[in-house]
Amino acid sequence: MFIKEYIKDVYSGVKSLLAGMRRTGKYFITPSEIITEQYPEFKAKLSERFRGEVVMPHDANNEHACTGCTACELACPNGTIKIITKVDLQPDGKKKKAIDTFVYHLEMCTMCNLCIEACPTDAIKMAQNFEHSVFDRNMLTKKLNKAGSKIREGVE
Amino acid sequence: MFSLQGITKGVHTWLYSNMSSTTALVVECAIVMLLSIGLFAILGLVLVLMERKVAAHMQIRLGPNRVGPWGLLQTTADTLKLVMKEGLTPDGADKILFNLAPFVIMIVAMLILAPIAFASGFQIWDLNIGVLFVTAVSSISVIAILMAGWASNNKYSMLGAMRSGAQIVSYELSAGLSIISIVVLTGSLQISEIIESQRNGWWLFKGHIPAVISFVIFLIAVTAETNRAPFDMAEAESELTAGFHTEYSGMKFALFFLAEYINIFIVCAIGATLFLGGWMPLHIGNWEGFNHIMDYIPSSIWFFGKTFFLIFLIMWFRWTFPRLRIDQLLNLEWKYLLPISMFNLLLMAVVAIMGWHF
Repeated sequence: MFIKEYIKDVYSGVKSLLAGMRRTGKYFITPSEIITEQYPEFKAKLSERFRGEVVMPHDANNEHACTGCTACELACPNGTIKIITKVDLQPDGKKKKAIDTFVYHLEMCTMCNLCIEACPTDAIKMAQNFEHSVFDRNMLTKKLNKAGSKIREGVE
Repeated sequence: MFSLQGITKGVHTWLYSNMSSTTALVVECAIVMLLSIGLFAILGLVLVLMERKVAAHMQIRLGPNRVGPWGLLQTTADTLKLVMKEGLTPDGADKILFNLAPFVIMIVAMLILAPIAFASGFQIWDLNIGVLFVTAVSSISVIAILMAGWASNNKYSMLGAMRSGAQIVSYELSAGLSIISIVVLTGSLQISEIIESQRNGWWLFKGHIPAVISFVIFLIAVTAETNRAPFDMAEAESELTAGFHTEYSGMKFALFFLAEYINIFIVCAIGATLFLGGWMPLHIGNWEGFNHIMDYIPSSIWFFGKTFFLIFLIMWFRWTFPRLRIDQLLNLEWKYLLPISMFNLLLMAVVAIMGWHF
């Protein structure tokens, strides 16, 4: 029957539209459901695995765990990391490779996490900081190892 | 008690006692012009802010909340920005039509303002074909949209304008039929008489089910006529960048934007006048005590309250319903709304002839 179908069409259409209006109307009258966070005053609680930037943790003695193996440099898909190595003389006269500068180009980084997964000594990790705006692009090229730092004893 | 009628009467007698009648008439015209332009400016600011706030709260957001207290100055700041921007005219555009279109759309909006009764005795022009005037003049706005779309010399603008033409021509029918179904009950096209006929109850309640059906059809049709989502085929930012006003910038764009909101206000005012009694307070039959209490609320508050309630309803539609495709849009009008409103008009005529309404 054509008329029956027609009325059923109108009825189901109106019913589904009213269901939608009930949902948005409920949101309108319950402001407690608003999920917006007022950013500069209240900062969002970030997840543990949030990737903000690559950092190299140093301990109290200004020591890090980077051996300068360049695994991260090789793993990086966009050439974000550049490791400059030097040769240290050990007290017993042996020569040992160590890092001179760990260059990190934040402006090229896509936070893919591949460098952190490639690192055999867990020397680098992702930080939670996401406010990277600066006035000069050069300030985004960072040196991750601190001045005067050296490799922690026992890390090979 | 506060009443706009007293103020206008006072101004009128003061002007005519202090000036010659010609000067007084000119001064009155100037005052009316200033008032309507002022109303437009305020409505533009208030309605845009309201739209953004309502939209935000329906989508579990906060909306503008930085400029001024609770973001109240946001739209003022936006307007200042638009005033300072360059109103560019593209090289390939038809210069005269391109620059004329925003003004035509504003003038149409201003013309429809004439017969609307804002409060008891507060009306620019109470002409005896008020409702007919509104439906006739409001169709001119499609010419402004076609002008803008054609003069932009841009395929998106042209497509948007053509869609808008198809849409407004179609939906004018069911809007007109739903208006006529109320005219059938009142037997008059004059706005003041339509309001007076609702002294013992609003037509939405007095006219039984046919009035409710025509109210719903009226709301759907005017949503389409003002080119708002879910019927925003003329603008269609996901398909046509911005439709007919793609090429407009600065204050010329602002006029189109303003005209959209002014049109919403006007169609809602017409809806409030026809179905919800205009400035008439909520009266129920012979309940003298109740009616007397309701009369204490000024008529302007009743009018603006009803109008803003309808505006809120239309905003609610916009932020809930999915957009229609152009073929679905025309299907809805020609296969559903038009037959239903024709049948409804027949039903209404029977109700009016048999005297079944209250």
